[in-house]
Amino acid sequence: MSHDANIGAPAKGRARQSALDWLFHSPLALPLVGLIVVSILMAFASDNFFTVNNILNVLRQVSVVGILAVGMTFVILTGGIDLSVGAVMALAGTIAAGLMVNMGLHGGIGLLAAVGVGVGLGLFNGALVAWGKMPAIIVTLATMGIARGLGLIYSGGYPISGLPGWVSWFGVGRVGIVPVPVIIMVVVYALAWVLLQRTAFGRHVYAIGGNETAARLSGVRTRLVKLAVFGISGLTASIAAIVLTGRLMSGQPNAGVGFELDAIAAVVLGGTAIAGGRGLILGTLIGAVLLGILNNGLNLMGINPYMQDVIKGLIILLAIYIGREWR
Amino acid sequence: MLALKDIRKSFGPIEVLHGVDLEVRAGEVHALLGENGAGKSTLMKIVSGIIQPSAGTITIDGKDRRFANYDEAIAAGVGIVFQEFSLIPYLTAVENMFLAREITNAFGLLDRRAMRRRAEEILKKLEVDLPLDVPIARLSVAEQQFVEIAKALSLDARILVLDEPTATLTPSETEHLFKVMRELRAAGVAIVFISHHLDEIFEICDRITVLRDGEYVGSTPVADVTTDQLVEMMVGRRIENSFPPKPDSDPAAPVVLEVTELQLRRGGPVSSFQLRAGEILGFAGLVGSGRTETVLSMLGEYPASRCKLRVDGTERRLRDPADGLMHGIGLLPESRKEQGLITSFSILQNVSLNNYGKYRRGHWFIDFKKERACTETAMDQVRVKAQGPAARVDTLSGGNQQKVVIARWLNHQMRVLIFDEPTRGIDVGAKAEIYQLMRDFTAQGFAIIMISSELPEVIGMADRVCVFRSGGIVATVEGAAITSEEIMTHATTGKVHHVA
Repeated sequence: MSHDANIGAPAKGRARQSALDWLFHSPLALPLVGLIVVSILMAFASDNFFTVNNILNVLRQVSVVGILAVGMTFVILTGGIDLSVGAVMALAGTIAAGLMVNMGLHGGIGLLAAVGVGVGLGLFNGALVAWGKMPAIIVTLATMGIARGLGLIYSGGYPISGLPGWVSWFGVGRVGIVPVPVIIMVVVYALAWVLLQRTAFGRHVYAIGGNETAARLSGVRTRLVKLAVFGISGLTASIAAIVLTGRLMSGQPNAGVGFELDAIAAVVLGGTAIAGGRGLILGTLIGAVLLGILNNGLNLMGINPYMQDVIKGLIILLAIYIGREWR
Repeated sequence: MLALKDIRKSFGPIEVLHGVDLEVRAGEVHALLGENGAGKSTLMKIVSGIIQPSAGTITIDGKDRRFANYDEAIAAGVGIVFQEFSLIPYLTAVENMFLAREITNAFGLLDRRAMRRRAEEILKKLEVDLPLDVPIARLSVAEQQFVEIAKALSLDARILVLDEPTATLTPSETEHLFKVMRELRAAGVAIVFISHHLDEIFEICDRITVLRDGEYVGSTPVADVTTDQLVEMMVGRRIENSFPPKPDSDPAAPVVLEVTELQLRRGGPVSSFQLRAGEILGFAGLVGSGRTETVLSMLGEYPASRCKLRVDGTERRLRDPADGLMHGIGLLPESRKEQGLITSFSILQNVSLNNYGKYRRGHWFIDFKKERACTETAMDQVRVKAQGPAARVDTLSGGNQQKVVIARWLNHQMRVLIFDEPTRGIDVGAKAEIYQLMRDFTAQGFAIIMISSELPEVIGMADRVCVFRSGGIVATVEGAAITSEEIMTHATTGKVHHVA
């Protein structure tokens, strides 16, 4: 590719630039530096860190939040936010499990139902934001409560277990040595990259985050685009639900509490502007992995879990502080 | 009472006021007149201490004054009511009047009763009756204006500046305001009244001072001038010849767009107009006369109370600018940065923003080669000067930015282009280029609506001109009748028919 198609990255004034120069100006620069620094620190702290097994393990651990963060990236790029993804994921998983176990329906129908729940609630959010002109943070906060409540009502508050064995393939299966959740995550990221960088829809997502008024006045159907990004966020929540259900081998109405915050952290650590318009999907992947390495490393070091939360919070603050003036 | 002598003001290297005099006597209403950008607001900001003059003197009651800030001007007895009110919408009238100088009792708590009593006294003097216990936001614009005036008077203002107070008032509210102004005049207050409505000036004012392009034109008693003389003082005789020649108009050209009925606000005037292929239709009028709202209503961006239009003779309803795009109607918005460009995008990404139908591969994907080629063609067509299509738009000059927004519409089968203030903030050379582009477009069969607040531009470019006043079209002039005097007369005194 002779020209730069990455629209989240700053456009270049010159036709040719050195790779180093590109990296320096790319929004990926900081997340990458962060990833490398944290990896080196972890490698010093623990001998087990840089083993193939541990790295695949880290990737498997981040897959659920990583997948949620894809939809979150779309929403944040338009200048919105989606707080409902954790609860929507739990509801989708619970309903899928319920249909398979309690109703005895075919597993495929259960998975389709999960996707239906996720996309449906995502479109519900999107419609309220785009046509109802309500702030995304409030709409999705309300949906979060609704989805969480519905999941608890449906399941009576208990996990629904007794799923057919093949469901576990999505959560703990492997192809060769690579865990299936990691493959699913990589495929989701690849599709998101194509959508954002290679289609008109992707350009419109960035345009709305950059200047919604200008996009609308130039004829972009901004409401449809907003509807779609929330739909995508719901879709990735349901894919995450399938992975999580496979790992837990049950539908858990209480799963994924606070995952929306981890997903937002991954997006922001990945260099995406919280106000929208700038950022790359690859950055989100780096952000998610960075979070996963922190979790993993702090565990390997045997640090008190309460302390881990404090450390993670401080690192996010530090990253945002450094990234503030960067561009 | 108030005398300004040889006031000059420069912003950086550009002088915007070139030695202006203004003398206002106690007990008179003094009109300050001039076109948009003549320097009225700048002068009033100097009077109220918000900005400082570069040269010249201000005297009040014969004493030299220099105001470092607004507070010092208030202390000297100057009160000002701006076009944009400075009231807090959620506070009541009383709370607003005493904002930041609340009366407190011995314990340092608010003395609500004393404040209310004082507010009632002032409003009674004005013979204004308005609810004191509800948030300002629930009062009408006129009532809010009275609160502003009362606030100024509560500060013992003896010189009161009213900056376009009638712009948003209904005729009966204006009458009430005039009554209050007459009472204040009788009480010896010196009032500076800024308005674009000449009929109002003849009704209420005693003397007039006219500014033009930052120059002092003259002062005169109202009784000594006619409307025509005033208009001439305001527009002067200016020669501009950076405009391409106007082609002969073709009365047989098809009507591409017809607005049959457009009412911005319930109870406001109803407008209609036709736009022919190959012509430039100017929308002239003062700021706030409804020109931008009219075009935005056509595109479904502004909630007009009525809007009916025909595209190529067929009745259409455009819900949003995307519908406009489908029917070949494109808008270059008033403000490039806020409404026109995605500043974080490159030229290429800005130009192709609404063009993706044109270069797709495999139905879904952008064909980058074709995109680049189309963008380069469009950039050549409008002569954008930049390093290349990948340059960020925020590195470009204003003129080149405007050309990028124009280029965005060239990839389409557009028929109607709406230029809202196309040359605002653009240097002279780029202006001439944009004028030439507009003529190139009309030669290709485009129809153009051009909104402009600069009279020479309207006169130099438009084949026909719709003149707006108070939310509607009051006159349409064409051919030799397109003169400053004609347009300004309609814009300031044209008859507005209110329709329920």
